[in-house]
Amino acid sequence: MGAHDMNVTTPLKKIRGLGSAKYGTHHWWVQRLTSVTLIPLTLWFVFSILSFGATDYNQAIIWASEPHNSVLLLMLVIITFHHSQLGLQVVIEDYIHCEIIKICSLIGIKFLNFALAVTGCFAILKIAFGG
Amino acid sequence: MAMHNRPLSPHLQVYRMQWTMIYSILNRATGVALSVGALFLTCWLVALGAGFDQFQTVQDFITSYIGRIMLLGWTWSLIYHLCAGIRHIIWDAGAMLELKAAQISGHLVMIASIVITAVIWFCAYYGGSYYGGA
Repeated sequence: MGAHDMNVTTPLKKIRGLGSAKYGTHHWWVQRLTSVTLIPLTLWFVFSILSFGATDYNQAIIWASEPHNSVLLLMLVIITFHHSQLGLQVVIEDYIHCEIIKICSLIGIKFLNFALAVTGCFAILKIAFGG
Repeated sequence: MAMHNRPLSPHLQVYRMQWTMIYSILNRATGVALSVGALFLTCWLVALGAGFDQFQTVQDFITSYIGRIMLLGWTWSLIYHLCAGIRHIIWDAGAMLELKAAQISGHLVMIASIVITAVIWFCAYYGGSYYGGA
């Protein structure tokens, strides 16, 4: 048996198809799911910003505290930061080759995106409930 | 096994510049720019929740020259990334993968992003609501 024929993978590993990272296509799939969701949400947000007086405080408060707008804003913020985190992860993995800096950046990006998403959600709820 | 003889992934430095390559780089670059833009979206929401004065501070920044340039950059980045994302989804479905088709769709994404950005900013200035009709 030559070096090329050497196969140490088990049949179970082959059919699972999860690869060495054990997640298979999960990252790719979630990135697609979030991107598809963001198409209508982004268009809605841009149209909304254009149609109400976004520079006027009272107009913005009235718009953002409408229940359906609050819900859509929450979805926009949550999915945007999830998508952003997935994308930045790939950029870091591709361009940062120093292992320790890479791992710290990956952790930092995930924490930062999560913190920003929670902060954004809190602000939306505060507006919605008239805080 | 001779690990060092394995093929390496292509490097930017040894590639001739091609349209598909430029559009691919732009998709990443706009994605990174939009992550910074998302930070600004959070600032805007927090300011709106905090009250009139805080909201006005953010508005003053947006309406300044630097603020407008950043907002224009983010608008274009958003529309480019959105259109390029649709292009990626079409590829994921297995369509338009030939070189010629990929080049044409890339040009279309670029043209669409510029036109849509121009339309959005035209509406913002002349739609009568964004800058209070000014």
